[in-house]
Amino acid sequence: MSTVAAERATKKAAKPATMAQALGRALRDSLAEDPAVHVLGEDVGALGGVFRVTDGLTKEFGEDRCTDTPLAEAGILGTAVGMAMYGLRPVVEMQFDAFAYPAFEQLISHVARMRNRTRGAMPMPITVRVPYGGGIGGVEHHSDSSEAYYMATPGLHVVTPATVADAYGLLRASIASDDPVVFLEPKRLYWSKADWNPDAPQAVEPIGKAVVRRTGRSATLLTYGPSVPVCMEAAEAAVAEGWDLEVVDLRSLVPFDDETVAASVRRTGRAVVVHESGGFGGPGGEIAARVTERCFHHLEAPVLRVAGFDIPYPPPMLERHHLPGVDRILDAVARLQWEADN
Amino acid sequence: MTVMEQRGVYRPTPPPAWQLRTDPAPLLPDAEPYRVLGTEAAGKADEELLGRLYAQLVRGRRYNTQATALTKQGRLAVYPSSTGQEACEVAAALVLEERDWLFPSYRDTLAAVARGLDPVQALTLLRGDWHTGYDPREYRIAPLCTPLATQLPHAVGLAHAARLKGDDVVALAMVGDGGTSEGDFHEALNFAAVWQAPVVFLVQNNGFAISVPLDKQTAAPSLAHKAVGYGMPGRLVDGNDAAAVHEVLSEAVSRAREGGGPTLVEAVTYRMEAHTNADDATRYRGDAEVEAWRAHDPIVLLERELTERGLLDEDRMRAARDDAEAMAADLRGRMNQDPDLDPMDLFRHVYAEQTTQLREQAAQLRAELEASNEEHTDGTDGTDGEENAR
Ligand SMILES: Cc1ncc(C[n+]2csc(CCOP(=O)(O)OP(=O)(O)O)c2C)c(N)n1
Repeated sequence: MSTVAAERATKKAAKPATMAQALGRALRDSLAEDPAVHVLGEDVGALGGVFRVTDGLTKEFGEDRCTDTPLAEAGILGTAVGMAMYGLRPVVEMQFDAFAYPAFEQLISHVARMRNRTRGAMPMPITVRVPYGGGIGGVEHHSDSSEAYYMATPGLHVVTPATVADAYGLLRASIASDDPVVFLEPKRLYWSKADWNPDAPQAVEPIGKAVVRRTGRSATLLTYGPSVPVCMEAAEAAVAEGWDLEVVDLRSLVPFDDETVAASVRRTGRAVVVHESGGFGGPGGEIAARVTERCFHHLEAPVLRVAGFDIPYPPPMLERHHLPGVDRILDAVARLQWEADN
Repeated sequence: MTVMEQRGVYRPTPPPAWQLRTDPAPLLPDAEPYRVLGTEAAGKADEELLGRLYAQLVRGRRYNTQATALTKQGRLAVYPSSTGQEACEVAAALVLEERDWLFPSYRDTLAAVARGLDPVQALTLLRGDWHTGYDPREYRIAPLCTPLATQLPHAVGLAHAARLKGDDVVALAMVGDGGTSEGDFHEALNFAAVWQAPVVFLVQNNGFAISVPLDKQTAAPSLAHKAVGYGMPGRLVDGNDAAAVHEVLSEAVSRAREGGGPTLVEAVTYRMEAHTNADDATRYRGDAEVEAWRAHDPIVLLERELTERGLLDEDRMRAARDDAEAMAADLRGRMNQDPDLDPMDLFRHVYAEQTTQLREQAAQLRAELEASNEEHTDGTDGTDGEENAR
């Protein structure tokens, strides 16, 4: 089939799908393709996960392939380590971001470094799915953005999709990876919809590639996960101000796509990093430093960060004041202009 | 009918009776640690096995003293000696079939050696030239584990995976008394029991977690009692009685292999040396206590039994000592050579495929090495795709 014909076929069959459905489909296809793949976690069986991502998997593949575990995150990830030692590819679901913390010991001391400890003899092809981030009105401990902790751990890949198609492609790639991947699922995008064809073969994006979601010339917004749609909205709103913003969706925080990012910032000469997690010690600091190191002579203003405040995640009725929105992004862009003019 | 019932007010029906799924009695450990040596049971013990245990104990003791000596010469960064605990170490290795897996803690190098791992490879971690000095799959020995109790869920996961694949593989996981207080201990036992995973947990209760004695570690009647709460049998055994440890572990391994689920074995023993060479044991225990345990030394116990039954003479003892001495001399000789290290190894096994970030850092280190003329052995820069593709 020609590319055009294939594209037409895809479009024809495309129908609205949610990110949660695309993730579920990725799990299903991985389970069907590779008998080594096993899904485990709390409530992933009959319930299909609290976000229904694993819906139907136990029915289709049996309890041995999609397993309701006891309620113990260290136990879930720790047993996954042993399963990986025996040649399986566990896909672990952590129910919520802040409930993954009991498993940090296993993640950091074993999952991330088993390959290294054993000089490559014992890879850990484990995917840890972590619903993360706010904006869903969750009560305490249900809205953390923990990506900085994961990014700071050598040996882990850290990826996060922002679109329905990427949710599928990146999760397939993560499960196929011979290295452990922390797969951060932006909770508030679970129900975001896109025309997507679940029946057509999907291109599996390689891990580690950023993508330019919108081209522009005035400045680059560097962002990922739940903040991508916010940045797209900001870029549209900026048109009225006469600004033409480029939006780069990082998709992968580790490894980091320095090439795509630097190329964009060199074109625009200005950059703002946007994310929900706190700014201090957050991903934006690392990203801004990398950009500055590579693009210093192309920069017409300092790299700015628009992040969540440096506070414990606020209660739901106040979270809208915490989450970076369009206005804060546009304010930052305005400051870039000011820096450039003075 | 009461007024309230007439009005149709909600009255809860009694809940279904809470069901005891398991009678706890058979799961409970005996009050006293199980013993074989010096009891009637010893008469039934297999003579050939006792002889093998003896040779391995003598070898193990020599291995411990040799490794300790190597710390004094600066050849090992640290050594947590298992002197006094050799019966547990050796029995743990001997009860396993080749296809089974051993999950040792940092103190259990001897178990790994008794299972067949090269003594030099077993000391790689403690020598400090790399973390794991062997391919775990080759020996079916997990890397020596330093964070306490974290190897226990690994053992459960591996045993579970093996069973899913239809292999009759058993995992034996070792942990200290202090390690039983960690959350991972609890989670591993719970998972193992719920999944009926073919795992044997061996707790070596050697009296101390560094300086903290057992009564400050737990209020349980014994560590073996902890099993009952998870729904698995707990067994208490004299950890200095090699025949007893071997028997109890063998039973547990057989049960696991036949689908009978996990067992928790507590071996009561004593750590004769300090926690490691960096520890000062006189701060938390007296000589009298240590001396009292000397009479209960695992080698002494087995030697007495074998001699009384006419199974051990001077020749056999000398043969065991000579074999141990040869092992020690070989170990000493090889440990006294500096390991051949390649600094570029730092980057080789972080990811399957090198990231651009690590490629840049590898290039930086290579440039530094070249500037300082320090050798890196194979001339590659650690970014070699093939090496990383494993
Ligand atoms: C998670 C964790 N916490 C603390 C330590 C530091 N530490 C090393 S050994 C040890 C005591 C362990 O005692 P026990 O489990 O009884 O084993 P033993 O050393 O007596 O064999 C401690 C606290 C560690 N290794 N891991």
